[in-house]
Amino acid sequence: MKSDRFLDFAIRYGFLLLLVVLILYFSVAASGFASPRSAAFILQSVAITGILALGVTCTLVVDGFDLSIGSVATSALMLSAYAMVILELSAFTAVVLCIGMGALVGLINGLLIVKFRVPDLLATLGMMFLLIGLQRIPTQGNSISAGMRLPDGSNAEGTFSAAFLWLGRHRFDLFLEKLVPVPVVIFLLIAIAIWVFLGFTRHGRLMYAIGSNERAASLVGANVNRYKIVAYMISGVTASIGGILLAARLGRGDIASGNNLLLDSVAAALIGFAVLGAARPNAFGTAIGALFVGILLQGLTMMNAPYYTQDFVKGAILVAALVFTFYLSARQSAGGKSQTKT
Amino acid sequence: MRKNVCKLRGIGKSFGTNDVLRGIDLDLFAGEIVVLMGANGAGKSTLVKLICGYHSLDSGDMELDGNPYLPVDPAGAISAGIVTVHQSIDDGVIPDLDIATNLMLDHLTRPNAGLWVHDRKLRQEATTIAQSMGITTDVRTKVAHLGVADRQMIAIARAMARSPKVLILDEPTSSLSATEAERLFALLDTLRDKGVAILYISHRMSDIRRVADRIVSMRDGAISGVFNDKPLEYDNAVTAMLGHAMTDIDITPVESGSPILEIRNLQLEADSPLINLSACDGEVIAISGLLGSGKSRLAEILFGQRKPYGGSLLIDGAPYAPESAGDAVEWGVHLSPKDRGTNAVIPTFNITDNISLPFLRSFTRLGLLSGNRQKHSADNMINQMGVVCQSAKDGINTLSGGNQQKVMIGRWLLKPCRLLLLDEPFQGVDIGARRDIGRHIRASAKGRATIVFVAEIDEALEIADRIVVLHESQIVGEHRNTNIDLNVLIAQVSGAVNTETTSTAL
Repeated sequence: MKSDRFLDFAIRYGFLLLLVVLILYFSVAASGFASPRSAAFILQSVAITGILALGVTCTLVVDGFDLSIGSVATSALMLSAYAMVILELSAFTAVVLCIGMGALVGLINGLLIVKFRVPDLLATLGMMFLLIGLQRIPTQGNSISAGMRLPDGSNAEGTFSAAFLWLGRHRFDLFLEKLVPVPVVIFLLIAIAIWVFLGFTRHGRLMYAIGSNERAASLVGANVNRYKIVAYMISGVTASIGGILLAARLGRGDIASGNNLLLDSVAAALIGFAVLGAARPNAFGTAIGALFVGILLQGLTMMNAPYYTQDFVKGAILVAALVFTFYLSARQSAGGKSQTKT
Repeated sequence: MRKNVCKLRGIGKSFGTNDVLRGIDLDLFAGEIVVLMGANGAGKSTLVKLICGYHSLDSGDMELDGNPYLPVDPAGAISAGIVTVHQSIDDGVIPDLDIATNLMLDHLTRPNAGLWVHDRKLRQEATTIAQSMGITTDVRTKVAHLGVADRQMIAIARAMARSPKVLILDEPTSSLSATEAERLFALLDTLRDKGVAILYISHRMSDIRRVADRIVSMRDGAISGVFNDKPLEYDNAVTAMLGHAMTDIDITPVESGSPILEIRNLQLEADSPLINLSACDGEVIAISGLLGSGKSRLAEILFGQRKPYGGSLLIDGAPYAPESAGDAVEWGVHLSPKDRGTNAVIPTFNITDNISLPFLRSFTRLGLLSGNRQKHSADNMINQMGVVCQSAKDGINTLSGGNQQKVMIGRWLLKPCRLLLLDEPFQGVDIGARRDIGRHIRASAKGRATIVFVAEIDEALEIADRIVVLHESQIVGEHRNTNIDLNVLIAQVSGAVNTETTSTAL
């Protein structure tokens, strides 16, 4: 059937084709879009969101959801600033502290969900609130910057070390001098790691099985609770890495930054469902989803679209991708071969 | 002349290139129970879905009471007087609401229903309906707290509250015990006397013998036989359904080898009698009993899902006390659970990934899964089990029930084991696939002990060397599968013999 094959093709490659068309269009319409610098800029703009989105993907795979990632990232941001500026610790210690904090939050989320049977959305919503509040307590609600005035009247002695700022600001040479920022490299490394883990190891396969039918997965011998906890810990760790990179880029512990991180990264993971007709969470799709949003925003910005239209554009892509995933795939399976279940 | 309530002529339906129904003619008369038989994939469910408005038909005519009938959606079918009780019970009830609300849902959705809900009145009406169905539980109980059988009765009660002209039941007894099924049959008798036309879909011969006034066999989307004359020719109906005659199974019990599993003084309930049983190399044991006899519990204990109240287990002489399913698999104990939809199938995976799931570790090299080796094993198992599919990459949900079950059992045959447990392996499986599975289990039985948990005696007789009967957590009978006195066996299963363990022909 011709129409079936067309639908099949559209579901598989439609989103990637759309991405290619967009790139071609912007290359022609916006001068300067098709350049290495612009590409590096786009990658940089999506790197942190993308890292968080990869963590969300892991929780989506086990049919969970982590609402706390945004606040884990901002907590990591504040914690790293606090550790270096006020406690005067080294960059390395600050990074270890933040990652440990992310893992711990993930562990607590996981335990709340599997041991205390709190539904995932509610547990992580609670954790989100808790962290948003907690990160403000040590500084009495103020942002942290080098030399800030402390409550006891003295000034903070510590600074963001150069090694830490390197994480957010250094650019590697690639064809051009100082082209690829460190966060982009970290984003790509994490994307490859999670892609391999979910797609090509038995642990990833079992996590998909748990997300699809938890009871069946436990009856083939999978330790369902452990895998769920691991998924939330991965999510916590990636979120804290995102927070560290944000802190390193900003160079201060800004209480108000990172507001959009949660929504943007969840959107990227959900847009990822539509890539290659996967109709399920997957690392490759998530990375493409994040890029898609970045490319569209960059292109529109270069064509002088005002900044306040950005969220509207993101929302429109998300809705389109979801329709694409759920409506078209549903039609495909309904019109496809034998649905004859007796 | 009886009244022809529902008349179908030349019904056709295809999905894509697949013609699922090809020119079905069917008449349903008032006051008659028509049993529709068909192997998995014959098109029974599709036919039902057409009649009750889930699918639209591609060709043919339907008439209801002499008027053209063309439901646009399920609600249209219901208001026209055709009510269906579906196979999966949870489609029929809303677990989080109480019995009263569940029974009265249709009253709440009627166009002329008022804005306010009168709880007291609702409960009174619901109680009346419930009592007429023999449901005595307080109507304020949440449906989620009820057993499967009671939920099924509620789904049927709801259907009845609509006073239908035509009642369609899709495998209604698949999760009922014998006594509960008898309650349902008694109800069907009453409805038949009231002049309702009933279409009853089932695989179970015992059900069919009990209720059928007429049998219609379907095969490959067409009617392959109609049996009107009393006495009904059941064997011919099965032949028409399968397209070939069913050979009788002739089991020669094997001389079993050394014991593999030993169950010593096991207690299933706090104060229940002790169970002693051993399962030997090469032997297939069927443990038979009604719902609630303790056979599921025994299976759970053997697979590490539950702790016994007392006693011990030995495998190859070593004490065996599994903590979890993973633990049991490590010991070489494999269980294919009952209710494959809930407990076994990973709906988003294809056949290969479903088969290889328990043994992913053995397909892993340097931490990465090898797709080729998985596919190779899966292809192998598909051939051995005779799974009908286009390729090992087909989604599991494109398979019919019988083929899905073959995949689920094949999953556990992928690696050799010491003890294979099959809990209701023939649930929702047509007789052809059932024979395939049984044959394969017996053929591969060497090198392990096999225990099959089945409620139906027919199924036990088809597969086992030895049949053990459980009743109320106690072994009440043990038979070698040659010349069994069926009357004794049936009496033991139903609990009519409640003496000390009676052994025959051992």
